Amino acid sequence: MDFLNALVMLTNFVIIPASVYGAQLALGALAITLIYSILRFSNFAHGDSMAFGTVVTIGVTALFQSWGLHLGPLPTALIALPFGVIATALLMIGTDIAVYRFYRVKRAAPIVFVMASMGVMFVMNGVVRFLAGTKDISFDDGVRFVIKAAEFKKWSGLDQPLALRSTSLITLVVAVAVVAWLFWFLGKTRTGKSMRAFSDNEDLALLSGIAPNRVVMVTWAIVALLTTTAGVLYGLDKAYSPFTYFQLLLPTFAAAIVGGLGSPLGAIAGGFVVAFSEVVVTYVWKQVAAYLLPAALEPTSLMQIMSTEYKVAVSFAILVVVLLFKPTGLFKGQSV
Amino acid sequence: MTYQTRVLFYAAIVALLFIVEGTVDAWIFSGSWDTSLAVLNMALVSAIMALGVNLQWGYAGLFNTGIMGFVALGGLAVVLTSMPPVPDAWSAGGPRILFGLAIGAAAVLLAIFVRGKLPAGRARGLATLAVLVGGFFLFRSIFDGGVAAVEAVNPSVTGYLGGLGLPVMMSWIVGGIFAAGAAWLIGKTTLGLRSDYLAIATLGIAEILVAVMKNEGWLARGANNVIGLPRPVPDPVMLQQDPAFVEQAASFGLSAVEASTLYIKLGYTLFFTIALVVILVLAQLARHSPWGRMMRAIRDNETAARAMGKNVTRRHLQIFVIGSAVCGIAGAMMTTLDGQLVPTGYNPLRYTFLIWVMVIVGGSGNNIGSVLGAFLIWFFWIKVESIGQWFSMLAQTGFAGTWFADQMKEAGAHMRLFSMGIVLLLVLRFNPRGLLPER
Repeated sequence: MDFLNALVMLTNFVIIPASVYGAQLALGALAITLIYSILRFSNFAHGDSMAFGTVVTIGVTALFQSWGLHLGPLPTALIALPFGVIATALLMIGTDIAVYRFYRVKRAAPIVFVMASMGVMFVMNGVVRFLAGTKDISFDDGVRFVIKAAEFKKWSGLDQPLALRSTSLITLVVAVAVVAWLFWFLGKTRTGKSMRAFSDNEDLALLSGIAPNRVVMVTWAIVALLTTTAGVLYGLDKAYSPFTYFQLLLPTFAAAIVGGLGSPLGAIAGGFVVAFSEVVVTYVWKQVAAYLLPAALEPTSLMQIMSTEYKVAVSFAILVVVLLFKPTGLFKGQSV
Repeated sequence: MTYQTRVLFYAAIVALLFIVEGTVDAWIFSGSWDTSLAVLNMALVSAIMALGVNLQWGYAGLFNTGIMGFVALGGLAVVLTSMPPVPDAWSAGGPRILFGLAIGAAAVLLAIFVRGKLPAGRARGLATLAVLVGGFFLFRSIFDGGVAAVEAVNPSVTGYLGGLGLPVMMSWIVGGIFAAGAAWLIGKTTLGLRSDYLAIATLGIAEILVAVMKNEGWLARGANNVIGLPRPVPDPVMLQQDPAFVEQAASFGLSAVEASTLYIKLGYTLFFTIALVVILVLAQLARHSPWGRMMRAIRDNETAARAMGKNVTRRHLQIFVIGSAVCGIAGAMMTTLDGQLVPTGYNPLRYTFLIWVMVIVGGSGNNIGSVLGAFLIWFFWIKVESIGQWFSMLAQTGFAGTWFADQMKEAGAHMRLFSMGIVLLLVLRFNPRGLLPER
């Protein structure tokens, strides 16, 4: 019984939250990796593009709600999501034409792109704050739980509750669907193949007649899909706030680099590695240990490796360790 | 325009801006010397930060996005140097905390030693890991008790170890030393990375430094802030009660209160100007020395410089430490000016990326350009809100009562980030060498 209690506790407080957060990070990391391998720079405006997509989705959600349009038990934001994606894609393609294309034609150094993305970050941050202010916004209007804590306790007879929030389930399902589609697209379609060719060897791809501008546009559109989905899922799960989204930049980058920049599989693995380490390191293990260990060995301390405020330090520590000891990341991305 | 007239021209514009701010009460200008001096003081501090960034980026091409962390360390130095010590806290848990920290440091050193001694392979990895994990738990078991004891000592007022009670101006040097020490550690681990990896690594380290300052209450009260830091200038109340001062103020036609705030602000302006001039002269001397030429040679062609026998990694580490130390000094100056340490106030947009905008707009590689960029951008940053409000008033006239007008009312506040981004993008695109290009 104690073992089951420990297992339920672990699932409830570690496995479910970390998987959900990991899925959100993985989507973001995929976007970072795509930009890195096809446009060849690290996009600092990532967090703010996430925020932009989310804000548009929130706006459309509010509109649909005012029309009385809804999805029953699912949050309305899911039908608003495509509009958010389209708006973000248009914004990103517009940004590319206005900002990045100039440097691409000039074949500027990657660091110049990074600086330009810093400028884009500022502008988008301002736009997002203009559209939605700086407050936290919750926009989840669906059914809150798939498994309710009290019902689970009654059903199982265990001391520990298990709750599964519907946003957690939605995150996992949507993330799996998006990733599956992305891999199919990159692996099977002509455009996807030309994207991979462009990423492997730009000159050779150009010689074989691949239109660079088309590849770039498609990349931005996919990036918009990934960032907006990640942003909306994160917002449904927690809440939207421009500053939190800006700060997601760091764990997302950590995930992409840990997995190996340029490797889509790596980005997904990296997302989960970062998420699980953050949760495991900041979780209070006392009670789980109390269930598992004999009474004599019961811990007196909280058994928390680091306090919750150091989450950012965890993702960063993993990043540094990987950069120092395995610079190509877990899945052999492009070398540093 | 020749270079000299250009410098003079821009300097005149900056001077004019501050004079107009002090005298003319119209449009976006306040017409108050008090505001003008307040803006000027922060501009001076920002100029020193920009010089630090320019050392790293302009001389050596290092893309450091961790400026916020070094600025915050400078702020911490002010508390640790100038606040009086808290004897009760020291006796409650001070030695225990220090011992815990020593254990932690010893564990890291031992791990490095083990890595150096053992042959590469699984055994080495496991041994290093074992040392680190064991060291961590030992560290926590000693350290935590000390922290709890210290934080329990009069938590509403102190709850931390306090500082050394030294004069506050000394903390500027200490801030530089703190930042330099942190930069040495960071540089040792990350400087081998590709440019944009370095940017991400330093961005993360800055977040961690600020997270530590927010959470370690025993160090500087964490998120509870330390207020009432000692000032290097006289106390306003003392000045107002000094008959000689009041008489002098009256001869300028000022009330005692007005005169005392102006006097104090001018005091800061004087100190900050001295600091800026000293650092600027040193930076210029360094730039024109053989060392400065070597730095730029490394920046322009690392491979060639290495072939000439220059130790690129060491030189990078050197300039990373120096530039960060300058940012640390500026951070200490800023906290002295504020009179309080507020760790939650450190925000990367304001303390890292804005400084970058200053350097790029002013002219990367040119010290005078960076100073100029700092003055212009800081003035702009302060005034964008008023410009934004003025602009939103114009924009609202045709749209009264609509959604657009409502959003525009609040837009003034959000104009800052937006306009800074536009400025940065325009400069990068049309004038990438900045207002005063490197020569």
